[in-house]
Amino acid sequence: MSENNLDALVADAQKKLDEQTVEIVQLHFHPEDGAPYWLEQAKSLDFDPLKDINCFDDLKKFPLFEDDSLRGGPVQRFLPKKSHGKAKYVFETGGTTGLPKSRCVVDDFRIDYEMFSETLPDESFPRGSNWLMLGPSGPRRLRLAVEHLCQHRGGICFCVDLDPRWVVKLLKRGKIDEVKEYSAHVIDQAMSLLSGGHNIKGMFATPKLLEALALRLIDEGSSVEEAGITGIFAGGTEFTPQWYRFCKEELLGPNVYITPTYGNTLMGLACGKPFDPADDYKITYHAPQPRAVVEVVEFDDYSKRVGYGETGRVKLYTLTHELFIPGFMERDEGEREQPHEKYPWDGVSGTRPFHEIAQATTVGVY
Amino acid sequence: MLEIPVVRWGKPYESMDKMDVVHFETGETLAQVHEANGGIIKMDMRKAKKAREILRQFSIEELVEKCKVAAKLYVDAELPLGNGTQTPDDFCRMQSATTGLPEHMCRLNMSKNAFVLEHMSDILDSLTRGLPYDIFSNGYGMEDRGVMVSYQANCNAAGWVLPSNSPGVHTLWLPVIPLQIGLVLKPGPQEPWTPYRMYEAFAGAGIPREAFSIYPGGTAKGAELGGAVLETCERSVIFGGLATIDRYRGNPKVSAHGPGFSKIVLGDDKVDDWEKYIDLMADSVYVNSGRSCISCSGIWVSRHGAEIADALAQRLGPLGPKPMDDPESGLAAFTVPGAAKAMSSQIDEGCKSSAVTEVTAKYRDGERLIENERCDFLRPTVLHVTDPDDTMANTEFMFPFVSVVDCPQDQFIKKAGYTLVGSCITDDEKFGRELIDATNIDRLNIGEVKTIQLNWLQPHEGNIIDFLFRNRAFQNCPPPAH
Repeated sequence: MSENNLDALVADAQKKLDEQTVEIVQLHFHPEDGAPYWLEQAKSLDFDPLKDINCFDDLKKFPLFEDDSLRGGPVQRFLPKKSHGKAKYVFETGGTTGLPKSRCVVDDFRIDYEMFSETLPDESFPRGSNWLMLGPSGPRRLRLAVEHLCQHRGGICFCVDLDPRWVVKLLKRGKIDEVKEYSAHVIDQAMSLLSGGHNIKGMFATPKLLEALALRLIDEGSSVEEAGITGIFAGGTEFTPQWYRFCKEELLGPNVYITPTYGNTLMGLACGKPFDPADDYKITYHAPQPRAVVEVVEFDDYSKRVGYGETGRVKLYTLTHELFIPGFMERDEGEREQPHEKYPWDGVSGTRPFHEIAQATTVGVY
Repeated sequence: MLEIPVVRWGKPYESMDKMDVVHFETGETLAQVHEANGGIIKMDMRKAKKAREILRQFSIEELVEKCKVAAKLYVDAELPLGNGTQTPDDFCRMQSATTGLPEHMCRLNMSKNAFVLEHMSDILDSLTRGLPYDIFSNGYGMEDRGVMVSYQANCNAAGWVLPSNSPGVHTLWLPVIPLQIGLVLKPGPQEPWTPYRMYEAFAGAGIPREAFSIYPGGTAKGAELGGAVLETCERSVIFGGLATIDRYRGNPKVSAHGPGFSKIVLGDDKVDDWEKYIDLMADSVYVNSGRSCISCSGIWVSRHGAEIADALAQRLGPLGPKPMDDPESGLAAFTVPGAAKAMSSQIDEGCKSSAVTEVTAKYRDGERLIENERCDFLRPTVLHVTDPDDTMANTEFMFPFVSVVDCPQDQFIKKAGYTLVGSCITDDEKFGRELIDATNIDRLNIGEVKTIQLNWLQPHEGNIIDFLFRNRAFQNCPPPAH
């Protein structure tokens, strides 16, 4: 693709983002239909969101969003009143101790994963084939989202039970052997499903569980490929280039497709730039713009983006009909990446725990 | 730039994750070390059987002879290191520059390792109690006295999760290779030097590279890599603090090595002559900068405690840091930010007790803690503790630190707690018998032996033979009628 064409795509994407920003702000701050939380916040703002937010960059007028605001109820307060009469879900994140953060959702998870579905190659994730969901269950969005993705592609999703909060508790108590037993229990469930004649070809897995499953299959004289899996999307915990390479070269082989993803309950699902050997396993994520935006900003000034290739902290915006987050500082850092023809907006690579809080964070628990 | 790859059963592996190993004083990057990931270790350990098979192509006698060659190469040769080479002098400089240990101590540790390699035959002979080597190779065999004996290897490869701050521990894993067991090393982040140099020395001596795996990683990867080694090796050794010891207590697969709380006790029959033993006491505390589990951290006496503490303080208190290349340099630097300060604060807190007096303070020009831009030092510290139940009576730090504890002789064994090395100076047969029976003392010296004076023919923190092999029943014919 020529530079001019990419520039045109970037400009078009920016235009759509500005339009989305205005539409979403108008909805969430609508006096009758808006979100109770934002209508309350508007009273203390020194500007009028309905008049003064006219493009994406105007969102910097808002103070940074503190995710502690997501704890406790009523959970519908972030949902525009326009949607209060619809069937709602609540998805939780964290919650090992104290109140979890939660998000009330109507359709967002389905929209996010249907958009993500468009990025998956049919040859690796055949339409109509079934899936294995090897990740956290319970009140997390991922379980329903992956199931919807599978259904959207015409399949049935087989799930396992996995409670990451229990794993975090075990780790904090230093009960490593119990963590291993729990992991083995999860893998036992996956092995049963894979051997059950369910025509499972697609899979979601966290990197750690995928590694454990692949090694179990190797121990039993099989492999992920021989178990029938042709496509995997992985995420949920730290996914490093070294692990990506190890996974492709030694766990999966050349015939099993894997794509990294980066996401959370707030943003949805950022897609990995398609694998290119020239990238040397560098993993670059692009947010599902215009519904969510990821910026890489300076460590000492969260309003300024770093230059391309430079390191900064990940800042997140959510701009959907169900949730408005005008700038939230993620617990990750990474490098700012150039737009790509498939995703003509900024990306982020090398995501890893933000160095100032990394030591206090328990990463990759399941 | 010197680049050091991961070693996967003898094959170099270039990782996408690398860490800089830096000079603690200048900040200069001495090498880039490739970092492993846990999955690689788990994958490789599924092939550990091959390491033992390859080593069993040689007899133990042949491997012991190769150890002698390796010893010479380790001490004298310019050996490959990653994409470069390393002379013995380079090795000492690099190890000193990243661990904070003065160069002459690095050289001393080097000769210790070489000594163990050169005398491997004697060491194995003593640790196996003279059993023919083929019993270990074949799994069974007949003793000279006509008794069938079986020793079955507990593992194909033994894992070692090594520390950064104590290069002396490397002697402990050297017997693994001649015992025909594969070697898996996870070096400390600041001390990749000994594992790689020893690996090259072994390879240069003709021992197949396929018997070795080395999985380096920085502090952030410590838990992942160490955890993978402990999870997948049927026998492994880890070095750490008390929390690590507690975590693996009772786990037959893991031998956890931690603080030694090594002590000297002067019996009632000798304590009045304490001045005769002051050199023995001072050396036990100060040599190797007190940075060892065998360094003395407690001197227990029934009387003269204050005088002994004062004499030691006069000897050790004035000593301070010197340049790392000074042959008189006796103090190692702390290269981990905040570590020295935390220890010093802990000592200050302990000294608030009415039973504790810091005796060195009056003989020291300046503070115990010396903070520099890139490293810190702790100067020798001697406490006098009048209550054996006080916390400071039984405390260990990674620098020349000792508590002289007032304690009646008949209470020593009960109050001393776990003691890795107990050097007990007494001719009292009754006390000697009690000491021999005391299960809380691991290495027992009765007589004028410094705690740091190890005889390599003795087991250390358990016999490695008993850890790596299982003495089990084996019969290939019916027993005599009975």
